[in-house]
Amino acid sequence: MPNISFQNIGISGMAAAVPKNTIDNYAYTEFFPAEDVKDIVNKVGIKERRFAPKGMCASDLCFAAAEQLINDLQIDKQEIDLLIFVSQTPDYRMPATAITLQHRLGLGKHVAAFDISLGCSAFVYGLSVIYGLMQSGGFRKALLLDGETRSRVYSPKDRKTAFLFGDGGVAALIEQNEKFGKSYFSLNSDGSLADLIKIDAGGYRNPSSADTFTEKVVDEYGNKRTDEHGYMNGADVFNFVLKEIPKNFKSVLAFSGNSNDSIDFNIFHQANKYMNSYLAKKLKLESSKVPSCIAQFGNTSSVSIPLTIVSQLQNELKGSKKLMLCGFGVGMSWATAQIQVEDCEISDLVEL
Amino acid sequence: MEAKFIEMITEVLEVEDRTIAMQDVFRDYEEWDSLAHLSLIAEIDDVYDVVIEDETFKKLSTLEALYTEIQKRTNA
Repeated sequence: MPNISFQNIGISGMAAAVPKNTIDNYAYTEFFPAEDVKDIVNKVGIKERRFAPKGMCASDLCFAAAEQLINDLQIDKQEIDLLIFVSQTPDYRMPATAITLQHRLGLGKHVAAFDISLGCSAFVYGLSVIYGLMQSGGFRKALLLDGETRSRVYSPKDRKTAFLFGDGGVAALIEQNEKFGKSYFSLNSDGSLADLIKIDAGGYRNPSSADTFTEKVVDEYGNKRTDEHGYMNGADVFNFVLKEIPKNFKSVLAFSGNSNDSIDFNIFHQANKYMNSYLAKKLKLESSKVPSCIAQFGNTSSVSIPLTIVSQLQNELKGSKKLMLCGFGVGMSWATAQIQVEDCEISDLVEL
Repeated sequence: MEAKFIEMITEVLEVEDRTIAMQDVFRDYEEWDSLAHLSLIAEIDDVYDVVIEDETFKKLSTLEALYTEIQKRTNA
């Protein structure tokens, strides 16, 4: 799509929550030999992940993050007019989780609340929707809540995905203020690649049945999953990233009129260590400007960009900072933004 | 240009102890794994500006076949 820009809207604070329950990836050996696990873990660079215990949802992590943020910033809840929840692991198929969160957080009935269903591109997409609505002038403060429990989506017996995913939730407060200046977005989609990352069953196209819950061997390597599990064709996802992401990143940078030198931090979706270093190298970015939390939290889908900010940049966002955000994944869907933050308040990481 | 191709493969797959030949089945190399696969895809994109989709790539087994596929696309 064409690049779009917004004026005087920005993120004034962020918080994140992760489950306390920590998975040591090297010890995640129930279904694979320890030697193989060690190889895989070293390659993907994910040493630990957080798994939400039974009964804990993405919304619970977002709720905890939002409460922390509201307390730390002394936000008057009555001034929150808009709440968007981005996730593909909602509480229910209906109603939208954003609406249950409006109530749990004690927000007013004047709040516009709805969900956006996207994966790794969702934080940037969600921001663009909020910036767009805020530009209308009618909304005072907005909350972007972004949470995932991807640990529940993939089969522990499919080595292509078993060691990658973790859980987390974030909250971002978005406000209007002249200090934020201009922001730039590019939002993109390619539905012809829908089969690259997918959960086949459990929706209305292939409803759940005894068959969809039957575990099957799905490839020549003996990986096992059911149709209710997610799957990923990693090689073609990588091909997609090669083709689209550097190009998209550069287009937003060019549109903003800035160069790499004037960007303080570049935050990419945390897919795996290899992808991170590939993108940094391809785009000729200094590694000190490309923060990462992949080793600590794994791939948390849409949460990975804001979780990287909260966990790695807590003391780095004083004054005026320009950030490039770039998310890409399931859809395929990808989005890049350049935003400016001013003394962005980052809460301490909440462990639940 | 085969020499350049061989050099690229040797580097990407970090083959250190031997010389490799066009007839080699690269999938049988002990260095071959999923990450070597990704590195190779990235390098082919860098050097030749060619992206080979997985369905086609899966069918290629020798270096010769891979080289021919790249040539086909760079000449197209």
